[in-house]
Amino acid sequence: MKSNRREFLKLAAVSAMGIGAARLGFLGDAPAFAESVPTVANFEEGLKAKHWGMAIFTAKMTPELNAKCRKACHTEHNVPDIAGPKEIKWFWGANYEETFPTEHGHYLSEEIEHRQFPLLCNQCEAPMCVKVCPTQATFQRPDGIVMMDFHRCIGCRYCMAGCPFGARSFNFQDPRPFIKSFNPLFPTRMRGVVEKCNFCAERLAIGKLPVCVEAAEGALVFGDLSDEQSDIRKALREHFAIRRKPDAGTSPSVYYIL
Amino acid sequence: MYNAKYIIPGIIFFLALAFVPVVYNMGHKFEVTPELPRDQKDCVLPTQEMRDKHMQLLNEWRNEAVRDGSRIFVNAKGQKYVKSLTNTCMSCHPDKAKFCDRCHDTVGVAPYCWDCHNLTPDQKSPIPPVAQAATGGH
Repeated sequence: MKSNRREFLKLAAVSAMGIGAARLGFLGDAPAFAESVPTVANFEEGLKAKHWGMAIFTAKMTPELNAKCRKACHTEHNVPDIAGPKEIKWFWGANYEETFPTEHGHYLSEEIEHRQFPLLCNQCEAPMCVKVCPTQATFQRPDGIVMMDFHRCIGCRYCMAGCPFGARSFNFQDPRPFIKSFNPLFPTRMRGVVEKCNFCAERLAIGKLPVCVEAAEGALVFGDLSDEQSDIRKALREHFAIRRKPDAGTSPSVYYIL
Repeated sequence: MYNAKYIIPGIIFFLALAFVPVVYNMGHKFEVTPELPRDQKDCVLPTQEMRDKHMQLLNEWRNEAVRDGSRIFVNAKGQKYVKSLTNTCMSCHPDKAKFCDRCHDTVGVAPYCWDCHNLTPDQKSPIPPVAQAATGGH
């Protein structure tokens, strides 16, 4: 075949179309995520409480189970996977010293000292982040959930300075290229916005428990702290539990059963 | 009047220049036709109302859903819808380019919905990053 200018242009046009089509690959018709779109009926069955809280059987939370919960949470909420100081985390883990620095636990049993404690936003009763937020992007719902309205966040990071638990992460860059497993039913975030655990408010609204609680095989108990008959109150009645940094005065809603 | 021989032609020239767009578009009908879903007859509100006020509606939805936890919208006919841009609107209007963008591009607005929200509920992977200018400079 004689290769002339005309043939070359034809080939170039076809290649350009191919590249263009490849760029649109994210608009696939086969859903990668198994969950179906929640319906009005689902939303009518939303879970309600006066004060949502969580109790953690820390002895049952092995590092593997912790990683499983983290993965479930980060997949559900499109949390980007970034290593290093720009890490975004909704659910993570730390040892005793980091988790309970105010307990000054000397001569601890080795098992407890090296145990990995799951960490997440404590959904405080008196949240510091809500007090300092200048735009009310972070606010407290009547059911105790400390919620973020990402639309309003201006990225000032006062809340990150205010939070005694380091539960908040800032998007220093567009998080979308770093999202490994994607859930199309939950939005992503943009550059310049702070994010944190929302106690799965979007799942409670359709009558489901938080995704970490579902993944934790009973190690995480979720329920209404103001209902004496609830599972969480039963767990707290029967076991000794502590909260993180009580002297910060924020009164966390997450309890650690040692 | 002093310098009338300069001022009057100047004014005429200015007026001519100012009315060029009006004259240029005279006789042209301004119409944008976004692609509507074929299998659905009704939107959450009547078409004209959606055309005029969809931005206010979306703004109300986002405040009510996120801040008040009220996630079900009931319209005048008593039909119930979930307040969700991606999961409700984009389920029926799955092609942003043929629906949203047709009007937005024509009238020159660049809403920043898609900086965070997904295009459809069955999208496979996050929207790839685009050049700063294409997002309206956000």
